[in-house]
Amino acid sequence: MSSERAEVVIVGGGPAGLSAAAELRMRGAGRVVVVERELDPGGVPRHSHHTGFGLRDLHRSLSGPEYARRLADAATRAGAELMTGTQATEWRGPLELELTGPGGRTTLAADAVVLATGSWERPRSARLIPGTRPEGVITTGILQQLVYLQGARLAGRAVVVGAEHVSYSALATLHRAGARTVAMLTEHPRHQTFAAFALGGAVGYRAPLRTRTVLSEIHGSPRVEAVTVTDLQTGERSLIECELVVLTADWIPDHALAISAGARLDRATRGPLIDGAGRTTVPGLFAAGNITQGAEPADVAAITGRNVANAVAAHVHGSSWPRSPVRIVCAPPLRWIVPGAIGFAGESSGPLRLRALEALRDVLIEVRQAERVLHRQRLAQLMPGRSALLASTWIASADPGISPILVRAVSARRLR
Amino acid sequence: MNEIGEFDVAIVGAGDVGAAIARELARFQLRVVLFDAGDVGAGTSKANTAILHTGFDARPGTLEAKLVPRGHALLSAYAEQVGIPVERTGALLVAWNEAELGRLGEIEENACACGHEPLGRVSAEQLYEREPDLGPGALAALEVPGEAIICPWTPPLAYATQALLAGVEIRRYERVTGLAATPDGWQLRTPAGAVGARWLINAAGLYADELHRQAGFDGFTVTPRRGELIVFDKLARPLVSQIVMPVPTSRTRGVLITPTVFGNVMLGPTAEDVTDKRATGTTAAGIERLRTLGRRLLPALVDYEVTATYAGLRAATEHDDYQLILDPDSRYVCAAGIRSTGLTASMAIAEWVREQLGDAGLELRETADGLPEIRMPNLGERSLRPYQDAERIAADPAYGEIVCLCERVTWGELRDALAAPLTPRDLDGLRRRTRVLTGRCQGFYCAAQVGRALEAGGR
Repeated sequence: MSSERAEVVIVGGGPAGLSAAAELRMRGAGRVVVVERELDPGGVPRHSHHTGFGLRDLHRSLSGPEYARRLADAATRAGAELMTGTQATEWRGPLELELTGPGGRTTLAADAVVLATGSWERPRSARLIPGTRPEGVITTGILQQLVYLQGARLAGRAVVVGAEHVSYSALATLHRAGARTVAMLTEHPRHQTFAAFALGGAVGYRAPLRTRTVLSEIHGSPRVEAVTVTDLQTGERSLIECELVVLTADWIPDHALAISAGARLDRATRGPLIDGAGRTTVPGLFAAGNITQGAEPADVAAITGRNVANAVAAHVHGSSWPRSPVRIVCAPPLRWIVPGAIGFAGESSGPLRLRALEALRDVLIEVRQAERVLHRQRLAQLMPGRSALLASTWIASADPGISPILVRAVSARRLR
Repeated sequence: MNEIGEFDVAIVGAGDVGAAIARELARFQLRVVLFDAGDVGAGTSKANTAILHTGFDARPGTLEAKLVPRGHALLSAYAEQVGIPVERTGALLVAWNEAELGRLGEIEENACACGHEPLGRVSAEQLYEREPDLGPGALAALEVPGEAIICPWTPPLAYATQALLAGVEIRRYERVTGLAATPDGWQLRTPAGAVGARWLINAAGLYADELHRQAGFDGFTVTPRRGELIVFDKLARPLVSQIVMPVPTSRTRGVLITPTVFGNVMLGPTAEDVTDKRATGTTAAGIERLRTLGRRLLPALVDYEVTATYAGLRAATEHDDYQLILDPDSRYVCAAGIRSTGLTASMAIAEWVREQLGDAGLELRETADGLPEIRMPNLGERSLRPYQDAERIAADPAYGEIVCLCERVTWGELRDALAAPLTPRDLDGLRRRTRVLTGRCQGFYCAAQVGRALEAGGR
């Protein structure tokens, strides 16, 4: 088995990994290798054909594939090596990975490793949906790969589960592939996307949105024939005939390498716990992008990748690793906050990202450390599946000796 | 009607039992045909608990009590020979309350009466030392060292592959729709035509009672007993090192927690009698019951992601023993009513059938060549998988191209499966031969690509 060494290894060549690689090289890092298991770099945007990618990081609106290409080109131009078709399967030692690729089985050691493995949509089984196990029950990821990478045509009726941005992307993909969406379901009282997308879905694709409704059983074998849905308010069950079920959103961070490295997980996000610099609890191991929570838009992931470069460079040049980070935790109806820790050294002062379990408006957020209120901030709206930004100015005034810091909604109104 | 041919033996059902019988008979100069309405091992055989049982809890004196230990020995040796993953984890049978504790003595006596070595007693303290993540409240346990975990999918495929290579005609996706006695034996009808056979072997699993009646017999009815199971993420694997069983009842072995050879942890099965032989769907109640039990038995488990949920149907009958019947006059053999030990006992049942056929006058002359040697693809985590095998990848880079990112199934393995003698025709078939799509993402990354590979036949 051959073994190699790099200054920085980045696992995952999606928006976060590619952006981290480009930024590191531009800051003068030595050998930077991006290990990407797919044959083409770019991650999820490769198969997301709607536009709007790159608004936050490249300040222009691109299609997913264009965006993926640009990020890959930028990383390559900056001198990062893209090792595609290669999977980092396990750790051989601290900061040393075992890789499998067409080039063979190799090991790759580094001074710093950035995990940017992203997340995937929770599949049917993990959602514990009862019923038969027919073909035709897929996630948006599978749908987009079928349609955009394989050129599949789809006929028949589809039920889309979810009403977030990605759900509307699934709707557009279904329409383009020839399927008709007969229902969109969300457990929440309204959709969680922009009004324009929802209107487009309702008018453009005539997809009726059924709010406060969940999928409760799948029927059919060997292919899906129908689903039973339940109205959460009345308890009424009804049958919808369909040939496709698309499960959207409900992202799970791909945290396997983080766990096997011994990194602590954030129970709320199920991603590795990071501080504002992207440092995990394992020295030399960083995380960026949607591995830390599921999921942010691609350009947000890209920015977290770019931001991690600072601390990676500092670590490579010998700066010390935070010993006991202070946790930041939140209480229901808040769901998670990222980063979930403060390392108190070399952190960027970017905003924190906050999610709620349900749709809320007029929210007053309070950040408290023991008896001391560090920060209060009003948020007009909090939508499940969409992050709100919480200012980080208060971090400077926090006490590094008291953990955790509690973030809660002291008042809020439920959206109906 | 189209004549498919004349055979000495026709076997109906290519599950664990039917395929094992086909393999057993393939050693002799016999013309054998094996029918299945679907793929090999795609019925009840695909959805079991994947345990190589010792039979310590069988009722003494039954055929099951005799054939399970024999099958355990035969399949253990066979697994080594052809590369079926087996891990000798052993099992702990745990008493969670005073009533169960009181029954441990009975279970020990039962095991002795079945001819097993005495089971060891394990105190609560020793139990938690070995399985520290078990929930609180266990009082004591019995140790059953011989219980092992096995790949549930490879055995019937190995049997059938070997039978096929030795000359058995395997007719998959061909349902036997009609049956008639003839002066020479039997005529079986399928949508493709008619087959003559001197002997008929019924290994039709859930449908064995229907075939039994068509053959003119009576005496048992198959009532499917549904067992729902939850497979948890591989990250949960360190939580448990061996099979953890409850104290069984007369009706069921109860809900187990067991590691799998694929590196996951499985919780199940439930036991619920159903009427529909196709009722392999999971239910909200079944999954909830498992999660509630799981939370008590191994509290940390239910916080892990679920990789799969599924339900299998045990071919239970009103009798508590196997329905192994041979009728020499009509040249009919029934191998049915094999509730949950079919995988373990399969080779012993096949041996029993062969012996009985010999006694009934079927001439058994061994072929000159014997059974061809085969080596099945390794699906287990305890042996080197192709993606880990530097030499193999160097010789053929296709084994370095990982397609299924979660289960680390390589392009080389998919290509091999699609070129193998019993070609899979659908994704489920490819799944059982390679593990593809069975991992935590359930196809988010590779389903589209794998589907295309299947359509293209691995090219």
